[in-house]
Parts: sequence; structure tokens; C-alpha cells
Amino acid sequence: MVRLDGVGLRYGGADGPAVLHDLNFAIAPGGFRWLLGASGAGKTSLLRLLTLAVRPTSGRLEVLGAAIDRAKRADLPPLRRRIGMIFQDFRLLPHLCAFDNVALPLRLAGRPEGQVRADVEEMLRFVSLTRRSEARPAELSGGEQQRVAIARAVIARPKLLLADEPTGNLDDAQAGRLMQLLIELNRLGTTVVVATHSQALVDAHPGRALVLEDGVLIGDGPSERRRRNLHGADWAETAGDVR
Amino acid sequence: MARSLRPARADDLGLRRALSDRLLPLLVAAMTFLAALTMAGAMAAAGLAQHWRGGAATLMTVQVPTPSGDVPGNPPGGGTRFDAVARTLAATKGVADARPLSADEVNALLKPWLGVDAAALSLRLPAVFEVRVDPAAPPDAAALDASLAQAAPGTLVERSFDWLSRLTSLAASLQACAALALLVVAFVAGAVVAVATRAGLAARRDAIEIVHGLGATDRMIAGQFSARITRLTLTGGVLGLVLVLPVVLGLAQLSAPFQNGETPALTPAALLAALPPLLWAALAALPVAASAIGWGTAQATVRGWLGRLP
Repeated sequence: MVRLDGVGLRYGGADGPAVLHDLNFAIAPGGFRWLLGASGAGKTSLLRLLTLAVRPTSGRLEVLGAAIDRAKRADLPPLRRRIGMIFQDFRLLPHLCAFDNVALPLRLAGRPEGQVRADVEEMLRFVSLTRRSEARPAELSGGEQQRVAIARAVIARPKLLLADEPTGNLDDAQAGRLMQLLIELNRLGTTVVVATHSQALVDAHPGRALVLEDGVLIGDGPSERRRRNLHGADWAETAGDVR
Repeated sequence: MARSLRPARADDLGLRRALSDRLLPLLVAAMTFLAALTMAGAMAAAGLAQHWRGGAATLMTVQVPTPSGDVPGNPPGGGTRFDAVARTLAATKGVADARPLSADEVNALLKPWLGVDAAALSLRLPAVFEVRVDPAAPPDAAALDASLAQAAPGTLVERSFDWLSRLTSLAASLQACAALALLVVAFVAGAVVAVATRAGLAARRDAIEIVHGLGATDRMIAGQFSARITRLTLTGGVLGLVLVLPVVLGLAQLSAPFQNGETPALTPAALLAALPPLLWAALAALPVAASAIGWGTAQATVRGWLGRLP
């Protein structure tokens, strides 16, 4: 599903600053990972790699069975449609209403409009935004925008779901519902990676965690251990242990 | 949630606001206006050249001063100078027809210069022959001049060949300039569309990156841009055509006397016939050409820009 072998990333080409160094880990289909680390550790850059927003400048990256470092550019859009992403800054289209923002992945996939409508209405009901379906992002609160972003990320039933601080603008109840949704999707076979600063969230939903520090992977193991050793000294799990 | 099905002209990238429906159509309308005038001018020049080649090139006029006078050296009753010239012309190979103009026709020719009927001034007018030559085998000019001088000394021959070749060259040059001007107009139109498209890309950079990340192909994104640009350029093309038609028809009215000697009436049928079918077809094709330039330029510009994304 996801495999990184010696992956490095520099922005701005080979002479640019290195933000990720020699990453080695794998996540099997249906796996779940927390992605932890301080601000600037490289979490967002790693998520950008996994959403195919950038290509690695070194090493081998495999996502959804495709070798991204070698794939043709034209082969990437179909892969991107199988990946859902919840952005920290929502990244909604400001000129589209909530309905059309959520419908976008289905329309890009060429789904019939009747099916799009039914699916979007169901998804908006799930995130409690039925009455706000015609509102544009500027007319929505931060929490509502985040729920639209979540709905857009999951509506096409992605095989890989990535989330960058997904509960940052949600209250506790909404955050709990989101985590239940992510867990349910994971149970149904979606691979899920969630980047967060929220220790409470991780404690509430223990699972395996990838820990980054200065662009280096310093741990890949059960999240409970992080509380015992914040320096990650005993996180050196083998990359081959993929679940 | 009563929501209708997705409109046919969905605007996922917000291009209706990013690509204004005012400036670009106006600029394309101006380009279309210039292109239409250029084409009309080129075709008018071609028509005039054809007209001259078909008419004047095969005509010459022969003026016989004192037509009723005797021919020197001829016995009395041996015929007038007019008869001698008529016989000479009839016997010359390459002369298809030699028709003497009537006195009324000569008077009509001179009236614009004299201001009154020549007969009223008691002028002694020359006889004038309108001679039509065989365009495939015209008579030898020097030999004909010598024959006519011998038959009736002082006879003048006026040929249009010399100035006709210069006019034909001028018409060809005008057509070449028109073709060049059309190329320049097309290039400028393409540049205008490219600038507008780049402005749209800059204004919608974030939206493009979002839909790109969601799995939109270059074809999808470029298709939305080119659909919008095509609509705008088509609108501009039609607007330019509507504006230029009265001008072209007015010029056709003015130039008609030089082409066929008649000024067309202001009826729809006459106006339709005032322009050659080829020009009508070319004018009708202008909005299509404008939208094709718009579509192609937008596709190339957007795809080039998207090539920087992974």
C-alpha cells in the first residue's frame, strides 16, 4: 500500500533545503498510523509526498502499488482520485458552495450526476451540514469548513486517507465523531494516516505511530510508548512490521 | 434539499470571475474588425485585378484624326482615312473585333472633360475604334502601329497593357500585404488570449492546485479554461463581425462602379449580392477562427503551466 525505501525530499531541486531524510517504513493495506512530531518535523512534507503533491528527490516511494518516483505524470491523476486528504487549512474552493466542494471528487471521477447528488446529500447529512449545503466557505464557520473538507476527503471512499490536524477546528463531540468515521473507514479497509499534535486524541485512540524529528523518522511503533519515552529512544521498530 | 442537476456549464475553477467577459471579447472584436477589413480589401484588390485583366487587357482604342479626309497617295474615291484604318484593322491577325464608336458614344466619353456636348462646341472629333484583341495571340504592336501610320498618318493607338501590368503587380502586392496583416492580427489575437489565460491561471492558482491534487487531469483543467476562452473569443468574433459588416457593405457600395459599373441598391438581396460569396464565407469563418485561436492558445498555455506541477 505505502512503502518508502530511503526516501528523501528537498524543496527547490537537488540544491534546495532537505526536509526529509532517508525515510524507511511501510504501511500495509488497511493499516493505521498516527503521524507525530513537533512543528517543522516534516509531517506535512511527508503527507505531501503521500498525496503525490511532490515527488521524492531520492529513494523509492510506492503508493497504492505504484512506484511514484518513476511513474509517468499522466499515471498520477487516477492514483490521486484514490487518495483522500483532509488539510489543516481545509483547502476548499471559495467560489463553490459546500455541496459542490464535497461533490468535486465524484465529478472528477466521472460519476453520474444523479449518483453524485445522492452521495453528497448523504455525506452532508453525516457531517450535519444539510442546511448549509448552499453556503460558500466564507459563509461557514471554521468547524463547518473542516467538516466540508472531511466530507470531501472521504466521499469517494478512498483507499488511502491522510489527515493533517483534522480535529484542530472541531469541538470534542465533533472530533469524536470524526475519529469514529476514520476508524470505521479503516475497519472497512481504508489505510489511514493522521498527523496530529493532540496527545489527547492519540491517547483516546491508541494505534501505531510514525514519529518524525527534523525530517528523520525516529520511531514506528505503538503510540502508547511515546508517553513512556518522549525522546523516542525505544521507537526503532523495523520498517518491515507494516501493520 | 431541492437541488437541480449540475448545470451544463459548471465552473469548478471559478473562471467566470477570473476571466472577465468584457475586455477579452472587446479585444477580439477589434481584431476581427481589422481582419475583416483586411480580407475585404485583399479580395477587392483581387477582384479589380481580375476585372482589369479580363477587360482592359484585351482592349485598345484607335483614334483616327480627320476621319473623312483622303488618304495621301490614294486616287480620288479610293476611300477615307476612316475606311483605310477599318480595312487595316480587319486585315490584322490577332484583332478579334474592331468597332467604331458612334458620334453619341464619343460625345459621351468627352462630356466629363468638356462639360458640354462636343457637338455644341463645333469641335472636329476623331473617329474612335474600340478594338478587341485575341488574348491568346495578340497582334504585334510595332507592326500594327506601322500599318496604321501608313494607312492614315497621325492615327493614335492607346493600349492598356503597360499600366495594366503595373496595376496587377500592385494588386498582388496588396494581397501579400493583406496576408501578412492577417498573420499579424492572428498572432496578436493569440498573444492577447495567452495573456488573459495567464492572468486567469494566476488568479486561480490555488483552485487549480486543489483540483489537481484531487485527481483532475491536465485535460480536464485545460478543457475548462479553453471552454471559457472559446466562449469569450466567439462572442468577440461575432461582435466584431456585426460591427464590420456595415463598413464592408458601405465600401462595396463605393467600389461597385469600379467593378461592374453599377451601384447596388439597398435591398437585402442586393446587399447579399454586393459581396462575393468567397468574402461572405471568409467573414462567416472569422468568429470560428477567433474561437479556434482562443481554444488552441488556452490549451497550450494551460498545459504548459500545468507541466510544472507533479
